Amino acid sequence: MSGVGLDPRTAPTFPMAAKTMLGDTQLRKNVRHATDVIQAKRARVVAEMPDWQQLREAGKQIRQHTMEHLDFYLEEFEANCTRAGGVVHWARDAEEARRIIVGLVKASGSDEVIKIKSMTTEEIQLNSALEAAGIHPFETDLAELIIQLGEDRPSHIVVPALHKNRQQIREIFQKKMNLPELGERPQDLADAARMFLREKFLRVKTGVSGANFLIAETGGVCVVESEGNGRMCLTLPETLITVAGIDKVVPRFQDLEVLLQLLPRSATGERMNPYNSIWTGVNAADGPRTFHVVLMDNARTEILADEEGRQTLNCIRCAACQNACPVYRQTGGHAYGSVYAGPIGAILTPQLQEMKHAQSLPYASSLCGACYEVCPVKINIPEVLIHLRNKVVKQNTAGVAGFFDVEASAMKAMAMIFRSERRFRAAQRLGRVAEGPLVHKDGRGEGWIGWLPGMLGGWTQVRDLQEMPKETFRDWWEKRAANGR
Amino acid sequence: MGVDGSAGSARAEVLRRIRAANGGAADGVAARVAWEGVTREYRRSGTRVRELMLELLEDRLRDYDATVVRTAGGDVARSVARMLAERGVTRMVVPVGLRAEWLPSGFEFVVDEGLSAGELNGFDGVMTGATLAIAETGTVVLQNVAGQGRRAVTLVPDYHLCLVRLDDVVETVPEAMARLQGTAELATTFVSGPSATADIEMTRIKGVHGPRFLDVILID
Ligand code: SF4
Repeated sequence: MSGVGLDPRTAPTFPMAAKTMLGDTQLRKNVRHATDVIQAKRARVVAEMPDWQQLREAGKQIRQHTMEHLDFYLEEFEANCTRAGGVVHWARDAEEARRIIVGLVKASGSDEVIKIKSMTTEEIQLNSALEAAGIHPFETDLAELIIQLGEDRPSHIVVPALHKNRQQIREIFQKKMNLPELGERPQDLADAARMFLREKFLRVKTGVSGANFLIAETGGVCVVESEGNGRMCLTLPETLITVAGIDKVVPRFQDLEVLLQLLPRSATGERMNPYNSIWTGVNAADGPRTFHVVLMDNARTEILADEEGRQTLNCIRCAACQNACPVYRQTGGHAYGSVYAGPIGAILTPQLQEMKHAQSLPYASSLCGACYEVCPVKINIPEVLIHLRNKVVKQNTAGVAGFFDVEASAMKAMAMIFRSERRFRAAQRLGRVAEGPLVHKDGRGEGWIGWLPGMLGGWTQVRDLQEMPKETFRDWWEKRAANGR
Repeated sequence: MGVDGSAGSARAEVLRRIRAANGGAADGVAARVAWEGVTREYRRSGTRVRELMLELLEDRLRDYDATVVRTAGGDVARSVARMLAERGVTRMVVPVGLRAEWLPSGFEFVVDEGLSAGELNGFDGVMTGATLAIAETGTVVLQNVAGQGRRAVTLVPDYHLCLVRLDDVVETVPEAMARLQGTAELATTFVSGPSATADIEMTRIKGVHGPRFLDVILID
C-alpha cells in the first residue's frame, strides 16, 4: 500500500520540512544527481531546435487561448468524446471525483485496478479512497511502483522516485517481491518489475489513467509515457477510467504539433518519449469496451478567476522548473508538503488549496528566474510567486495596519517588476548591487546570503541563499549570441 | 452513468464557474477566429533534401539501438528473414492486412484475429507496417488500419519489427500531424525507440513493459 499522500492541509510548513530534508545528505545527493542528468539532456535536445523560442511562444498562446474559451472547448470535447462512445463525467472537487471513480470501478465488477502514473490521481489521493472501498490499486509505472511498495510518496512530477538510489530500490523490491537474490544493476531491478507487473496487466480488468491532453476537436485523449505500462493500462483492460483536470484540454489535433515537441524535450530530455497514445472513445476491436472520462475542477476555476494567477493553468507538467530550481535541488520534493513540488508546486498548491493552506510555499523560492527560463509554455513563475506572496500578506493582515503594509507594498512593487521583462532585468542587475551588504563568502569563495529582510527571512532562517551570479543567464546568453557563439 | 441530479449540476456548476471567471460564455465562432490568430512561427516543414532526411531518421533510430536497414521494394521478404534470423525469433504475430509478399518462408506468422493478451504474450515478436515516420525525432506512427492493427499487438510481444515505406517519412512533427489530421480519430500510437525507463538513477534501461527490441526496415 502506498503511504498517506502528501496533504497540504496537514503537512508541516516548507521551512520546517526543508530543514529536515537538508539534513538528509543521501536524499540531497540522489536529487542532485538526477536533476543534473535531466538538465544536461534537456539542454542538449533543446539546443538542437532552432525554433525553440517560437515553439514556446506558440505553446503559451495555445494554452492562453484555451483558458479564455475553456467552457467552449470542454463542451466540444464532451460532445465529441460522447459521440465516439466515451462517457463524460464532471466533478466539482476531489471528493466528487473520488466518488465517481470508486463508483465506476465497482460497476466494472473488479476489486483491482491497474494505474498509470498520474499526478491528478495523487492530487485527489485516489489510492486511499480505492483502498477504503476494498479496491486494490496497482501502480504500474516503475517509479510509482517503487513509491507504492516502499510506502513512500512521490517527490517529482515526472520522475517521482528520483530521491531513491538503486540500493534503496533493491531493498524495497527484495522485501516486497520476495526476491532475496535480486541483483542491484538497474536492469535487474527493471526486469523484476516487468515480471511482477506483467501478470497484473494480463489479469486485471479495469484501468485508471490521467491524461496529458484532451483534444476538443476530436474528443480524443493523449497520454505520453516511456515504459509501455501506460499502453498496457489503456489497451488491455475491459474498462478504462481517465481522470483529468479541466485545464488539460487543447483546441485542436494540430495543436499537438507544438505540445508534443515542447513536452518530451522539457520533461525527460528526449526528442520524443518512447510512446504517445491517442485514442478516441471506444473501438470494438481495439482496447477497452467501456471508457469514462472524469473532468475535474478542484479549484482550477478559482485559479482561472485570478487574473495574475491564471497562467498557472497553462502548465503541461513537464517538471523542467523543478529540475532547474536551486531550492528544489537542495530540499527534494517532500518538503513542499504537496504532490506538486518545486516552482510549479509553489504556485499551484496554495491556489489549489484556495490559499487556505500551504501559505509558506510562495516563499520557497529564491526568485532567481531559472524556472521561467526553462518553462516550455513561458509561465512567469516568479511573477505568480510575488502575486501570491502579496495575497498571503493580505490574508494574514486583513484589518491590521502598520508594518505589514510596508511588506505588502513592497510585494506590489516586486509584482510590477516581474510583469515586465525590461524591469525584471534591471532589477536583477540592481539586486546584485543591493544584496552586497548581505553576502558573506564561504571557504570556497562562493557568496552566500545568511539573512534576508522581512518575510523573505522565513526562507533564510533555515537556509543560506547563494548570492546572485555575477552575470545573469540572459546577459550571458545575449553576449554569447552577439559574439556569434 | 445516467445524468442524475447531482452529476448534472456538477457540469452546470463547473461551466458556470468558468464563465464567471472569464466574464461570460465563450462564443464558438469567436474561438475559431482567435485560434487562427495563434502565432505559429516555428518550422512547419523540413528543409533537408530527401537523402539527408533519411540519414537523420536512421541516425535517430540507431540512437535508441534499433537496427535499421534499407531495402528495395522487391526485396522486403529477404530483409525480413535476415532481420528475424539475427534476432533469433521464429514465431511472429502479424496484423490483418499485412502484405503477404513481405512474409518470408521458414518462420511462423500468425495473423491476429482478436488474440487474447495472454496469447500475444506467447509470441517472440510482432511485425507491422507504419502510417509514417518522423525523421527529426526517430518516431514511427502506427494506427489501427490494415497492416498495423490493434494497439495491444505491438505492445505485448518482446520484439517489434516495423516496415516503413520511404514515401511515408517526413522530417518534422508538424508535417506528421498534418498528414494524420484526416485520420485523427483512429487509435494512434507514436513509437520512438523501444520501451525504456530512466526511473533508476536516471540510467536509461530498455524494455520495462513494452517491447525491448525495435528494428526498422525502410522500403524504397
Ligand atoms: S510550470 Fe512550466 S516548467 Fe514547470 S512543470 Fe509546468 S510547464 Fe513545466
